[in-house]
Amino acid sequence: MREVYVIGIGITSFSRLEYPLSEIAAYPAMMAMRDCGIEKVDHLYVANMGASRVSGQTALASAVVDTLSLTPAGAEAIENGPASGASAIKQGFMAVASGLHDVVLVTGAERMREVNNLEATDFVATLTHPIAEYIYGTTLPSLAAMFTRLYMDKYGVTSRHLAMVAVKNHDNAMNNPFAHLHQPITLEGILDGPEALTNNPFVSDPLRFFDFCPVSDGAACVILASKEVADKVKRPRVRLAGVGQATDTHAVHEREEPTDLLAVRRAAEQAMKMAGIKPSDVDVAELHDAFTILEIVESEEVGFFKKGEGHLALEKGETRMGGKIPINPSGGLKAKGHPVGATGLGQAHEIVTQLRGEAKKRQVKDAKIGFTCNFGGFGNNVVCLTFMRED
Amino acid sequence: MAVELEQILRPIDHPYPPFPPKFMQVASGELMVIRQVTREEIPDILPHVEPLIHVERDYYDIVSVRVYAELLGYYRHRVQDEYVLVAQINGELAAIVNGRFATPELGVSLHTLALRRGLRIGAHAFAAKMEYHLDVVGQKEVLIVAESPIGFRRWMIEYNLAKRFEIPHELGGVPSYALTKEIFDKARGTLVVGRRPVPEDLLKKAQEKILPPSNPPKPPPDLLAATRAAKDPTGTAILLQRWKLARPASQSDAGGQEGTV
Repeated sequence: MREVYVIGIGITSFSRLEYPLSEIAAYPAMMAMRDCGIEKVDHLYVANMGASRVSGQTALASAVVDTLSLTPAGAEAIENGPASGASAIKQGFMAVASGLHDVVLVTGAERMREVNNLEATDFVATLTHPIAEYIYGTTLPSLAAMFTRLYMDKYGVTSRHLAMVAVKNHDNAMNNPFAHLHQPITLEGILDGPEALTNNPFVSDPLRFFDFCPVSDGAACVILASKEVADKVKRPRVRLAGVGQATDTHAVHEREEPTDLLAVRRAAEQAMKMAGIKPSDVDVAELHDAFTILEIVESEEVGFFKKGEGHLALEKGETRMGGKIPINPSGGLKAKGHPVGATGLGQAHEIVTQLRGEAKKRQVKDAKIGFTCNFGGFGNNVVCLTFMRED
Repeated sequence: MAVELEQILRPIDHPYPPFPPKFMQVASGELMVIRQVTREEIPDILPHVEPLIHVERDYYDIVSVRVYAELLGYYRHRVQDEYVLVAQINGELAAIVNGRFATPELGVSLHTLALRRGLRIGAHAFAAKMEYHLDVVGQKEVLIVAESPIGFRRWMIEYNLAKRFEIPHELGGVPSYALTKEIFDKARGTLVVGRRPVPEDLLKKAQEKILPPSNPPKPPPDLLAATRAAKDPTGTAILLQRWKLARPASQSDAGGQEGTV
């Protein structure tokens, strides 16, 4: 298997982008091509979850490759729920690692703000089990709420811990020009103050407004290449060193222990084993905090902290900038935003930026190894990636 | 003659009690004061509304241009029984809401303009406006329309307003809804919050000067300009002439990227 390098990256702001989806997908691709000075690629992978439903567009990859004038390169769309982005990166990795292609462009885009929040929530809910969950009105927020309640009962996580995740990630997003939310929040304002219940109302008990990521439009791109190509690109060298993917039962209630996210655990183990690292080697991580509880639980499942102790590490500030393992320096899904199909690519963009040492105000000092966890479904299809800086 | 003509053009306002200022803490932890402004303060507000007329995003353009006209109408004595409330954080203008008293029993909500996003500032200011009509003045109901989907969600859906489709709202266009005392009572403590009296130093800071918003809504980037094709005969390629692909990427705050979309 050949080594695979990230030679170019690009991203749009994650917010409301009132442009055709194919243009949104193409814009970061342009930036990524400019980033590495490459004008031709062998193949495109376009990650997206809801174009056919939300944007009324199918065959997105065909539109994007033509928009970019990259024909006759091959192009295909990758849909794997909210893990579409990292899944597309995995496809690109395999294409280069196998020797099938030398340069592949992986872009992901989503336009979710075209519909109102209720429709967006319903659209995402279609990833749940159609017969065992969806028809009963299950949504991702409701699954997350039940999961959170169990976690609270079992491990002592409190609403304050959840709010601490939100405050931390909003703070981080203040230094990310691409983030959806540029608004600092405080524990007093969302939890303790006299008006906190209005500022931060319950959405799905015990989860409140600031426990949820925003609904975002956005796109991000990475260009992957073989070592021979990477050698010619004059950018800091970042290798995609590990790829892992695992699945779990579609319906959450079928899991033996619903508070375990086994797919996260297994995908992380694979991605770290392939890279030859252990969790304590990771300098910076982007975890899939669509709900604040997920950052805490994923930080345990990927091995940064013992099971049931993620919230204690959070309390000690170990996941903050400057902490033992800074998590979500970009602001995470919570504050950077969550354009579902593009999220995995947004995570990769942040980690590569960190490893290149180009994250400016949000730079994690001396970051050499980065890790991403892209969480599909409610933990039923997870893709983890390990990136390494090579000098 | 000019003075006499002005007397004809200028409506006579009825005496209504003033809105007692209140304050609240927003999600950022900052304290926000909501207070009624005088005519003399309108010229201090207008320069902060004008730029938003050019923000073609989230209906800021249409709402801002109408608010500008209404503020001017108030300042120049061309609207009867109008009032203006502002929300301020550290003296900075955070929101403007206005309305008028059509009759002693019927209020008319005009506009709500948030100059800072993401903290329910517009919602807090709207609630204060309703409080003015129903609690302070004692009106029976307030006619409301929405000009944006955000407004429709915030007012019609969150408050579950009553339909008054048979009554034309003076802003024109869409059907009228109404906030009644009964509906308002249900929202107290959840949608309607705030404390009185405002601490003296906080109120003084707000009254001293209306400071410009530090992070007002901005126009969206012109991404469509990028659709001018350099290579693609169908004209759909995103190749801006100024982006030379081979050019080394610059280093900016964005982390190796130039600008943001």
